Amino acid sequence: MIFLKAFVVGGMFCVIAQLLMDLTSYRITPAHVLVGFVTAGAVLSGLGLYQPLVNWAGAGATVPLTGFGHLLAQGAINGVQQKGILGAFSGGLAAAAAGLSAAVVFGYLAALAFKPKG
Amino acid sequence: MPAPKKNGLQTVWFQSPPVIISTATIVGGKEGQGPLGQTFDKVLEDNYYGEKSWEKAEQRMLEEAMQMAIERAGLQPQNVDFMLGGDLLNQIISASFTARNLGIPYLGLYGACATMYEGLALGAMLIDGGFADKVLVGVSSHFATAERQFRYPTEQGVQRPLYASWTVTGAAAAILAREGNGPVVTHATIGRAIDFGQGDPQNMGAVMAPAAADTIARHLADTQRSPDYYDLIVTGDLGTYGRELAETLLRQKGYEVGGRLYDCGVMIYSPEQDPHAGGSGCACSGVVTCGYLIKQLKAGCIKRFLGVATGALFSQCSFQQGETIPAIAHAVVVEGR
Amino acid sequence: MVEVKDSQPMEIRKREYQKLVQQVIPRPTVGRNVFWAFVVGGLISLLGQGLMNFFAGFGLPLTEAGAAASAVLVFLSAFLTGLGVYDEIAKFAGAGAIVPITGFANSMVAPAMEYRAEGLVLGVGARLFTVAGPVLVFGIVTAWAIGILYYLFRLGG
Repeated sequence: MIFLKAFVVGGMFCVIAQLLMDLTSYRITPAHVLVGFVTAGAVLSGLGLYQPLVNWAGAGATVPLTGFGHLLAQGAINGVQQKGILGAFSGGLAAAAAGLSAAVVFGYLAALAFKPKG
Repeated sequence: MPAPKKNGLQTVWFQSPPVIISTATIVGGKEGQGPLGQTFDKVLEDNYYGEKSWEKAEQRMLEEAMQMAIERAGLQPQNVDFMLGGDLLNQIISASFTARNLGIPYLGLYGACATMYEGLALGAMLIDGGFADKVLVGVSSHFATAERQFRYPTEQGVQRPLYASWTVTGAAAAILAREGNGPVVTHATIGRAIDFGQGDPQNMGAVMAPAAADTIARHLADTQRSPDYYDLIVTGDLGTYGRELAETLLRQKGYEVGGRLYDCGVMIYSPEQDPHAGGSGCACSGVVTCGYLIKQLKAGCIKRFLGVATGALFSQCSFQQGETIPAIAHAVVVEGR
Repeated sequence: MVEVKDSQPMEIRKREYQKLVQQVIPRPTVGRNVFWAFVVGGLISLLGQGLMNFFAGFGLPLTEAGAAASAVLVFLSAFLTGLGVYDEIAKFAGAGAIVPITGFANSMVAPAMEYRAEGLVLGVGARLFTVAGPVLVFGIVTAWAIGILYYLFRLGG
């Protein structure tokens, strides 16, 4: 069941993005979509709306980039709970550290290992 | 007193029409497999052309095309008075580095995808003005170098809209001479930069169609010719939809060009090659003119054509600052002889 | 009938021309795009769920299993981008390939790889963050602001 929910919710996030790209101005580039999604995820998370979605749909809510925003926001909140105001600075990145480091490391290695085909 | 060799507002005519004594074309694999593949002199097997980067590959293509044109004319680089060249890369490095290697006195040009025709027009003026005997004109473009400079890196996952065009990988060169055998350049119409408020860098056809229509209408008015004077009117890289837009704009200006308005960008690929709207880039009008069209003239299949190369004058910076895109179109009349 | 005439003032000409362009250019195939975005985005999420369950099976807590799953997805995406496959998927999948974390990884690898010729520092190093940079900036600033608001008002969580 969790698999079906992950599929549907993950797919729906992509549908929203596709509609944004197809039906709005050409000035909305993929970079704008990604930035919009990360911000939206963080805001929804701050309002307490995203965690229920994660509980319900699992990877369907964490794999889209809104999940990255959620991770950052929850990290900042946990940081504040543990360390006070300094946690707002340290918590977000600490929570996202694994995914981010993976992206940097694998990205760097792939850029070295492969030659683009064009 | 009006200038003696100027006709009307934007057109010049040549008293002793300069001769295109030789041409050379090199294209990438996709272009080589297209409907005009047989008309090009050389087809690359890989888009790096054995070089370390695509930029180096593009520069080498241009240099080889130029050398080929010089050789075919039976010349040495030192016999050429001027080289006129350009490309799409920042600070036109492909043409400038080629000029460094060939050692010919060099004037760098930037007319975006209209650069080949800007070169042909200026080269013909230099010759008919008595300033040169032989002029080398050449341009290049490369899909991968252009995409990453103007749009996205090629491996980035981006959905190209259906009206997007595909930058032609290739280089074209021609030698213009005061005397010799070959087709002649009789007129040139220099375009104005026209901006109809379009700004989408993927929709080049819509950006450039008004410029093409403006220059074609201007040329016909200046020369007092009707469209059927020409066997073909060939735009540079408007693509399927841009060509249709130009045809409509010309109709609204009172010119019916329907049956004879072709576009190099539409001609160079077949629909199965999935180019979307068609080809674009400096090399698009360059290789189709120097390959296919000149050969058609020489074979006597057509007597004369009006070539109208189109260019979009923007950079990534101007796009990001929210500017709309001006476009330019230069026309040249080439006649068989 | 849309008319674009030289006699019109430029503003009207631009507006009329825009109407003409909209008549001529093909509409995006929204239905098909949305379908494939849904399917591919859904499948990537499904794969993520599978990986999460797999790692959870080793006794990892849920957040750590999620992080491990993300790392694997990022690796797969970097690998497919290097092979030149990812952009082919995105051609029909559109947002389905852009929005998942794999799209984020692709947006890092693609420019870094292409600017390799400009050196390791200003080519690869800098270009990894062409898209990831803005994503991180907006993500971090938003998260920070939420942390501060939480500190002040004990919101959310």
